[in-house]
Amino acid sequence: MRIQRLQAVHQADRDSDAVNLDVLDPLIRKYKGKPGSIIPILQGTQEMLGFIPKEAFEKISTETGLKLSDMYGVATFYAQFRLKPVGKYVIKVCHGTACHVQNAHVITEAISETLDVKDGETTTDRLFTLESVACLGCCSLAPVMMIGGNTYGKLTGKEAVNIIKNIRIQSVENVKN
Amino acid sequence: MERTKVIVGLGSCGIAAGAGKVYEKIKALQIAENLDFELKKTSCIGMCYREPLVEVIDSTGSYLYGGINEDKAIEVIDKHVTHHEPIREYVVKTDIFDTEDNDFIDNQIKIALRNCGFIDPEEISEYEKRGGYNAIRKIAENNISRLDVIQTMLGSGLRGRGGGGFPTGLKWKFANNNKSTDKYIICNADEGDPGAFMDRSLLEGDPHSVLEGMIIGAYAIEANHGVIYCRAEYPLAIKRLNIAIDQARGKGYLGTNLFGIHGFDFDLYIKEGAGAFVCGEETALIASVEGERGMPRKRPPFPAESGLWGKPTNINNVETFANVPWIIINGAEAYAKYGTNKSKGTKVFALAGKVKRSGLVEVPMGISIRDVIFKLGGGIQGDKKFKAVQLGGPSGGCIPEHLSDTQVDYDSVNATGAIMGSGGMVVMDETTCMVDIARFFLDFTQKESCGKCTFCRIGTRRMLEVLNRIIDGKGKEGDIEVLEELAYQIKDNSLCGLGQTAPNPVLTTLKYFRNEYEAHIRDKKCPAKACKQLLTYEVIPDKCTGCMICAMKCPVKAIDGERKKVHFIHQEICTKCGECYSRCKFEAIMVS
Repeated sequence: MRIQRLQAVHQADRDSDAVNLDVLDPLIRKYKGKPGSIIPILQGTQEMLGFIPKEAFEKISTETGLKLSDMYGVATFYAQFRLKPVGKYVIKVCHGTACHVQNAHVITEAISETLDVKDGETTTDRLFTLESVACLGCCSLAPVMMIGGNTYGKLTGKEAVNIIKNIRIQSVENVKN
Repeated sequence: MERTKVIVGLGSCGIAAGAGKVYEKIKALQIAENLDFELKKTSCIGMCYREPLVEVIDSTGSYLYGGINEDKAIEVIDKHVTHHEPIREYVVKTDIFDTEDNDFIDNQIKIALRNCGFIDPEEISEYEKRGGYNAIRKIAENNISRLDVIQTMLGSGLRGRGGGGFPTGLKWKFANNNKSTDKYIICNADEGDPGAFMDRSLLEGDPHSVLEGMIIGAYAIEANHGVIYCRAEYPLAIKRLNIAIDQARGKGYLGTNLFGIHGFDFDLYIKEGAGAFVCGEETALIASVEGERGMPRKRPPFPAESGLWGKPTNINNVETFANVPWIIINGAEAYAKYGTNKSKGTKVFALAGKVKRSGLVEVPMGISIRDVIFKLGGGIQGDKKFKAVQLGGPSGGCIPEHLSDTQVDYDSVNATGAIMGSGGMVVMDETTCMVDIARFFLDFTQKESCGKCTFCRIGTRRMLEVLNRIIDGKGKEGDIEVLEELAYQIKDNSLCGLGQTAPNPVLTTLKYFRNEYEAHIRDKKCPAKACKQLLTYEVIPDKCTGCMICAMKCPVKAIDGERKKVHFIHQEICTKCGECYSRCKFEAIMVS
């Protein structure tokens, strides 16, 4: 059971004030009244907002008649759904079997130490979210991590940290420019 | 003379290795220098260990280049395509001359993967050029009855490739028996096993073969609705499936009165899974398609009687469907020719781990595990000692080296305590700790347990706690017995396959590597030197030159020593990160 997800909601309560929920209207129109629509509605919401804030649950419930408890039950059941905002860059460290036997835990530990976040958490500057994922399907490149659309393979802890430091430097420069 | 073809392998694995950039580079070069050749895309060729792969087909034959980066791509285009001089050292597979990788492909028999790496999966015409959609046409043109199709499947001996191993023909027969105006056929593409990527490669490489398999299945059981339940983590597979469905619809291969068969109406859609391993189980999958939490329910009623939305439903795996058109075209006997008495045909495996050549392989059932690892896989990385192979992922088990002559078929693999599973095959060497592997899988199933059955929900957690304790060097006498007791209780008292098989990784490692558990518990030692908490790092005085590298690199300043004098590691500070061991140029650090 993904118990850690239950605690995440309180965090979301504080973080979700500035989200514009009007973008959800077409989605709600599309799925309203259709059976089996909870998962696609939640997937659509997350795709637009990056996560599913409490207010979005409430809006969808009021407008579609879906029960809050049902939606929350589904959202906490599946690994895909996030109840709190994520960083600009989501670092997905593969922990599939092949990566595991090639020491994937070293990568997660090194990044976790550098960014001072635990698995599943986001840095305070909202730049990075560290995530462990099951197989990314690049087993021959193990151990692997994926940031944005880019995959980095045959990593060591140090290389992983350097990649992240470079991203941070670049993103600071982008802000300056 | 035909134009030279240049084909770039753009499966997920290839793209990860940089094939996208290689493709763009070649395209840019072609335009810039106005070169005359045909540039094409294909998907996974199977040789993941040589990605990115570029194939050049000229008048002399086919040359598959491996490990191609942007610079090498320029070289290949210049020397081979423009000047007709193949670069031998980059070639990994060709019929023209021998390469060290030839036997990787030569030892395979490709049925399910027959088109993967040969066609552009985004072009329906390429699938049709290789005989695609001829199987369903054959059925339509020869008026082959539904029962005859089912009979062919029974005769082929094809069993469920998702791991269950239930005869596909029999499953279709049950679904056919049930008369209802609405029936569903579902393709299970929720490949959740960490370390398995067969279905993904198939969907990315040859989506139409899966669609055609589903269309034939729909005909056989008289289903009018189809669903492909694909995990959302496979964006490329979903993209290519969507393209394939649109193309099939455009050609009239989905819709009403299909292929001229009066009253044969069938259409399908993709349902994206949201990331839950348990949804690979039939009833959980159905609950998930219905938009609920994906929790399994009691059977009976079986889905063949009451499945999706209460209608008769038939669920098969991706690879199963991909085999169907080939069997219809070539006949049941042709398929049953391969394999063993009770396991017919071929099986696709995702070969990974500490093996030299990792990738996607399709082999006839009955091949020995040793042959897969050494003939196809090329042996163990760094020529270390082969220790075990993990089959079946979190539901499977580890088969040790001394059983490596075991035949790969459902029954022989089951006899070892592992399961055939969906096709993940992860090879382990002497540096892999078997207790840690057991913990890895249990950690996975513990997180993925849906929580419905108490024994699965709480039992797996208790087992995990015991395993964590053992790995942290706090194991105690009686722990092994507790693990065994819990394991059997979980197996006996869980509703679905997840719980019933979750203890398998622990039970098989206990069966074959009990001594490793005992070493962890009694001697506080990890024989594979993998469990950090049980290691000690020490300086070997005779070898230490006092270069100070280790002391400088130690992240926690646990190493003392002056220049040109023997250094010393303070065990109470050491975090066992291994930095000193990897830095030392004189092999003066001992791990024990």
